[in-house]
Amino acid sequence: MILAALHRKLTRDLWSMKGQALAIALVMASGIATFILSAATMASLQQTMDTYYDRHGFADVFAQLKRAPNRLAQRIAEIPGVAQLDTRVVVNVNLDVEDLAEPALGRIISVPESHEPWINGLYLREGRYIEPNRRGEVLVSEAFAKVHGLVPGDTVRAVINGRRDVLRIVGIALSPEYVYQIRPGDILPDDKRFGVFWMSERELAPAFDMEGAFNDVSLILEPGASEAEVIRRLDALLDPYGGLGAYGRADHPSHQFVSNELRELRGMAVIAPLIFLLVAAFLLNVVFTRLISTQREQIAALKAFGYSNWQVGWHYMQMVLVIAIVGAIIGTGLGTWMGRGLAVMYTRFFHFPILAFSLPPRVVVTAIGISMGAGSIGTLTAVRRAAILPPAQAMRPEPPANFKPTILERLGLQRLVSPAARTILRELERRPLKAAISCFGIAMAAAVLVVGSFMKDSVDYVLDLQFRRAQRETMTVTLNEPISGRAVREMLHLPGVLSAEAFRSVPARLRHGHSTRRVGVTAIEPGAQLFRVMDIHGGLVEFDRGGLYLSTKLGDILGAGPGDLVTLEVLESERPVVQLPVSGLIDDFSGLSAYMRLDALHRLMGEQDRVSGAYLAADDARTDRLYTELKNMPAVAGVALKKATVESFNKVIAENLMRMRAANVIFAVIIAFGVVYNSARISLAERSRELATLRVIGFTRAEVASILMGELAVLTLIAIPLGLALGYTLSAAVIASVDSELFRIPIVVNRTTYGFAALVVILAAVVSGLVVIRRIAHLDLIEVLKTRG
Amino acid sequence: MPAPVASSPPATAAVFQARGLTKTYHVGEIDIQALRGVDLDLFEGEFIVLLGPSGSGKSTLLNILGGLDVPTAGTVRYKDHNLTEYDEAALTRYRRDHVGFVFQFYNLIPSLTARENVALVTDIARDPMPPAEALRLVGLGERLDHFPSQLSGGEQQRVAIARAVAKRPQVLLCDEPTGALDVHTGIVVLEAIEKVNRELGTATAVITHNAVIAKMADRVIALSDGRIATEHRNDTKTAARELEW
Ligand SMILES: Nc1ncnc2c1ncn2[C@@H]1O[C@H](COP(=O)(O)OP(=O)(O)OP(=O)(O)O)[C@@H](O)[C@H]1O
Ligand SMILES: [Mg+2]
Repeated sequence: MILAALHRKLTRDLWSMKGQALAIALVMASGIATFILSAATMASLQQTMDTYYDRHGFADVFAQLKRAPNRLAQRIAEIPGVAQLDTRVVVNVNLDVEDLAEPALGRIISVPESHEPWINGLYLREGRYIEPNRRGEVLVSEAFAKVHGLVPGDTVRAVINGRRDVLRIVGIALSPEYVYQIRPGDILPDDKRFGVFWMSERELAPAFDMEGAFNDVSLILEPGASEAEVIRRLDALLDPYGGLGAYGRADHPSHQFVSNELRELRGMAVIAPLIFLLVAAFLLNVVFTRLISTQREQIAALKAFGYSNWQVGWHYMQMVLVIAIVGAIIGTGLGTWMGRGLAVMYTRFFHFPILAFSLPPRVVVTAIGISMGAGSIGTLTAVRRAAILPPAQAMRPEPPANFKPTILERLGLQRLVSPAARTILRELERRPLKAAISCFGIAMAAAVLVVGSFMKDSVDYVLDLQFRRAQRETMTVTLNEPISGRAVREMLHLPGVLSAEAFRSVPARLRHGHSTRRVGVTAIEPGAQLFRVMDIHGGLVEFDRGGLYLSTKLGDILGAGPGDLVTLEVLESERPVVQLPVSGLIDDFSGLSAYMRLDALHRLMGEQDRVSGAYLAADDARTDRLYTELKNMPAVAGVALKKATVESFNKVIAENLMRMRAANVIFAVIIAFGVVYNSARISLAERSRELATLRVIGFTRAEVASILMGELAVLTLIAIPLGLALGYTLSAAVIASVDSELFRIPIVVNRTTYGFAALVVILAAVVSGLVVIRRIAHLDLIEVLKTRG
Repeated sequence: MPAPVASSPPATAAVFQARGLTKTYHVGEIDIQALRGVDLDLFEGEFIVLLGPSGSGKSTLLNILGGLDVPTAGTVRYKDHNLTEYDEAALTRYRRDHVGFVFQFYNLIPSLTARENVALVTDIARDPMPPAEALRLVGLGERLDHFPSQLSGGEQQRVAIARAVAKRPQVLLCDEPTGALDVHTGIVVLEAIEKVNRELGTATAVITHNAVIAKMADRVIALSDGRIATEHRNDTKTAARELEW
């Protein structure tokens, strides 16, 4: 049945409330955009990852070891559940890159000469695969090639087993093992100082005394095989050969980051849209409750003529759905646009052959569904009221409002306030629920502004805490083999070195109950001045006891707290296995760390004064000479600059965050205006008759405006502090949702962020106020008095 | 020239038969007896006027006849149907198919033009006349595309009448159709109602506070305090255009 006339009413009613409708649609669009952004990006990333892993044979289980003869491979292949395996030689070397003063770390992976590897296969972006019997030919990872502008034909110098050698680049490649390319132990990529190379096994193995041997193995499992069981058996096989503990994809450094990103996107796909859509639903509720109460008599007439309850309800629901669909369309467009941007940003640190943003139809359908759902839920009570409104009742005018003297007046204090102020107070007191609802809406806007901006505060805090207050070294020097602490004392004589602190780190397995985890244990001098360990609250860890100090997250995973005994299996040297108490848990912000005192580690390793490296503080002016010296020291495996980490942090995380923040702030501003503007318009609509009457009896425009504006001002001022508090609470929820093994960000909200949120809300109030004042000027006095109130 | 018209004899078929209607409203602690036992018949083609002081229950009675409201006790028969047994959906169908309402405050949809306001009803009616024709019937053939805000009170009321009669209803119920109008406009509106009653044979009930209008009716019923106080039949009906007040 085509209800032409009712449809006209629909379109005209919508048109006459277009400002409000658009404001609400935009709030919805914000929610939908964040949903599309997260959901579609998540789908794209997942799809890209799955295809890449599948086509290039990304392994299921990985293990590193010291050295095992090739014949061990046969025994590994016999482990039940192993479908394919590949053994390799993987070594780290110091690189001397022309455009870089400091040394860079190169990881060289052996590949067969005759064919490309079947497991962890390569994607050749440019150039060709290595050819047999050609000395020094390598493939280089795209990320490293890009930052250094390397192309096939270029060369890179490397220190291979103490000897300078030339690597000749013949091709540029990508590998599923290095989607996220980070130096071992790092959490952020540093493409400038870390590169991956693939070289012929025939050439690489002899150079490192690995002929007929391997030190790295990857397995692909049969479908349905138990990963845990395979890992257990593999560990047993590799232990005598210096196995460092096998692990599955979940602990694979690159995969861990990609899947962490997917998890964060999943969290984002829920929280942000939820907040926005709640606000939109709330606004729709307010606006439609108001609309339906002004159309009481129209509804009564429709019913008197035989329109059914269902038709009347559907009429209003359609208005809601139009707004929801407009919101969904704008949001989808916006989300797609932002999603493309995000995909481009991802290509800067996730290296896939292609990362195309795609928008699966099911995501769009879901978005439209969500938006219509939010709209319907928000307006259900209002629309229901319209649907079941008894027509005979609606024919009668609404009973006049029930005014009482305000508290102020009952206390006899009315002389203290102006008549306008009295009107404002009376209005607020007369309908406290309505006032509370408007107040809540405005508070919500302030809250979203806080949520949208606080991340930067938190990240700034972390940067300052971690890299300025806790870690005060200039660089970390890692050695090839643990050597005597004398080497560190000698580093003090290198040019520009101001102070040096030794550390010892060992790969280990921690067990507690049924939980086990591979970690690196770092041992430092108690009372260290350069590398200090701080929790996210800035509390310094003193290392006054001899046990283990674990990240709280690691403690959670192991189910171990202070005082509990855990088993520490060192995977190096004599591979001691000891029981150690947990001396403390550290609320740190990233990774799963385990620390202990240097002397305690030495004791359990049964060694004296062995160190794995040193933290150096150096004079900035003389670093170039220091780097040259370090590059030429055969014992040095790598140098990590704190400056580079901070730089990388800024590039990857901070930039990301800033974009997110910009988007969030725009959305929050939309909400702020949407809410405040709607409240102001509704107050105006509800009271236009009263205000017109005041104008007719001689009040000036300014006086009339001040009544309405006063109300808005009071509500805004009450709402702001509430909103800031609400914002803090919501921020805590957001923080909890990004909490992972990789990052845990503390909640920090600066005063400037609160100030900013308050300012935007006030601005929104002022602008909305001006719009309403303009409308008061155009108030049609005759029209208002002609119609029945 | 005044030309008294012979009052129609009671038609054979009753459109409405109301028996023992009572209606009680509960407002807080108090019960308000709006109707206290009303018996009423309305016959085909008949024109009745309901008089009575404010609060006597006129609107309540009309709303019950029109299926807008249900009585607390008593029965209403519409032709062969017992309205009091109808549920919400059946009452809606009944209103849609048989009843034309005219309200004191017009209740036009402000966002729709005169023609669209009428179309609102013809869209869902079974055998309606074209909206333009209904508007011509009330003398508004020239104002089809004007919005309510562009029409005077009397014109708006005539749109309301056009809207009520466009579906060719069996009954036309008017609650103070001239309440807000001046004499001249009031008469124009009454003429429109009279014309519909005469030409379409629609059973018509009109509530008014204006006793003069009673002269138009076949029958005049006065309510008082929720009961029928007096009832009399006019021997001759005065045409609307002859009325003076
Ligand atoms: N929905 C309602 N709730 C409470 N009381 C009602 C309601 N509707 C009507 N009444 C009361 O019932 C009584 C009859 O009302 P009704 O509207 O039928 O009177 P009326 O004769 O039409 O009066 P008027 O000439 O003023 O329109 C009045 O006392 C009125 O206050
Ligand atoms: Mg009445």
